[in-house]
Amino acid sequence: MSTSTSRPSWRPSELELSRRDVRRRATGRSVLIGIVSTIAFAAIVGLLVVNTPGWESVKASFFDFEVGAASVPSILVGLWLNIQVLFISAIGVAIFGTLLAVTRSLRGPVFFPLRAAATIYTDLFRGMPLLIVLYLVGFGLPALDIFPRMPAMFWGTIALILTYSAYVAEVLRAGMEAVHPSQRMAARSLGLSHAKTLRIVVIPQGVRKVVPALMNDFVSMQKDVGLISILGAVDAVRAAQIQVAQSYNFTPYVIAALLFVAMSWPMIRLTDWLTARLAKREQIGGVV
Amino acid sequence: MSVLDVRGVRKQFDDHEVLRGVDLSIDKHEVVVLIGASGSGKSTLLRTINLIERVDDGQIVLNGDDITDPGMNADSARSRIGVVFQHFNLFPHLRVIDNITLAAREVHGMSKADATARAMELLVSLGLGDKARDYPDRLSGGQQQRVAIIRAVLTDPELLLLDEITSALDPQLVGEVLDLVRRLKTDGSTILMATHEMSFAREVADRIVFMQGGRIVEQGTPAQIFDSPQEPETVQFLSRVRH
Ligand SMILES: Nc1ncnc2c1ncn2[C@@H]1O[C@H](COP(=O)(O)OP(=O)(O)OP(=O)(O)O)[C@@H](O)[C@H]1O
Ligand SMILES: [Mg+2]
Repeated sequence: MSTSTSRPSWRPSELELSRRDVRRRATGRSVLIGIVSTIAFAAIVGLLVVNTPGWESVKASFFDFEVGAASVPSILVGLWLNIQVLFISAIGVAIFGTLLAVTRSLRGPVFFPLRAAATIYTDLFRGMPLLIVLYLVGFGLPALDIFPRMPAMFWGTIALILTYSAYVAEVLRAGMEAVHPSQRMAARSLGLSHAKTLRIVVIPQGVRKVVPALMNDFVSMQKDVGLISILGAVDAVRAAQIQVAQSYNFTPYVIAALLFVAMSWPMIRLTDWLTARLAKREQIGGVV
Repeated sequence: MSVLDVRGVRKQFDDHEVLRGVDLSIDKHEVVVLIGASGSGKSTLLRTINLIERVDDGQIVLNGDDITDPGMNADSARSRIGVVFQHFNLFPHLRVIDNITLAAREVHGMSKADATARAMELLVSLGLGDKARDYPDRLSGGQQQRVAIIRAVLTDPELLLLDEITSALDPQLVGEVLDLVRRLKTDGSTILMATHEMSFAREVADRIVFMQGGRIVEQGTPAQIFDSPQEPETVQFLSRVRH
């Protein structure tokens, strides 16, 4: 890495020290202005909201501490279901999405039918709202009466995998196409088969190029797992709904929302950090 | 029997005939150097021999096997030929040692321990032993190109193809790469290389092949070609590269 922060071996000159001093003071001033303006802005927004005519009733029905606290345990139990579904779906998407991407990248007339099928599939599932896929899979497939009885979370997981594999396949395909053709040529020259070239040379490099995009898809899947509640699975959203119905108060929704944010927050920060790091690795000229 | 027999090879891109019937045969331990103007078809010829481009006519025979036969397994034919490119084309996501041993492990069925031992021996003998665990982008151009050459020769290919392997290097790094080629020649490799380094061609070649417009115009020993070329095109080309 070009920007090293290790201790230099020389003693900085007077000139460098005075430059650092000026920069430090300028930075201090900017930070101070930033803090003050943020606080002022938050205070103004807060005052405006609190002084709206409906604030008292909104506060009572959305921010009731007791109702909120009472709903936490059951929502957490529901969230655990979301996490399980998310985990299995992520694995399923990784496998199925990669298969789709590889199928779409196959060359030669022999593979035309497979390639066409994969293309139609990704077009279809990228265009269809997840909600509709959930209905079709969750209510349609069981109605065929050819599958054993499965819980709602099973069908929810299938629907998530079907939809998100289409997105992920497109991202992966873009990554694979961004790998320079000379890499493929070098691998084939060594005698590697098409399949080994993909597995060892193209896919690992392609995935690296699209890590931020893949992580973004994962973040949006983290909240979309909440949609499996429409199939009747008692997840966090469903649990909150039940609490709302019992207490005639909307606070459980706010709790569920906060818990979803808490669940995806580490991933969001990680994505941001990694994107910044990749960008830094690829550019010289850190000042501009 | 010759290691390589190129017989009447033709190659066309759209309307552009790039190889117009090339005949060339190379004996074991022979070092043959292709020279010729830019666009004369040197790289294309090397790529057809390595089956990266398919010939439009003619045959390529490697130690008696017609590798242009559709029934021939192209992967196994390629695995018998080592290739080094102008831009190294190392795999950036693999460490130097894994770049070098990849084909040995995945294509030639060598054990990881054996492949690594061989690779380390070569790296150490070239003063690159401490680079084995680095990623390619940490190496200088000359080091990367020598790693690419080691990668190509690790499994003792029957033929080594080198396409302008010093053109992308800073002048002061060319020497270390050429030294390695000299060593491969001493060790008895069979080499077909394209280059613009005329003095090196003269020194290392057993035979010089001059190409122009997709044909072999003239060939002979370095002395014959450089000191008393017979064909007017050869004379003209040499006067241009020397001036
Ligand atoms: N894939 C391709 N598609 C179309 N034309 C090509 C292709 N590859 C090579 N050519 C053309 O074939 C001709 C010969 O190219 P080639 O790279 O073999 O020349 P060369 O002798 O290696 O030249 P240089 O010394 O510049 O490397 C050129 O006119 C080039 O534009
Ligand atoms: Mg060339």
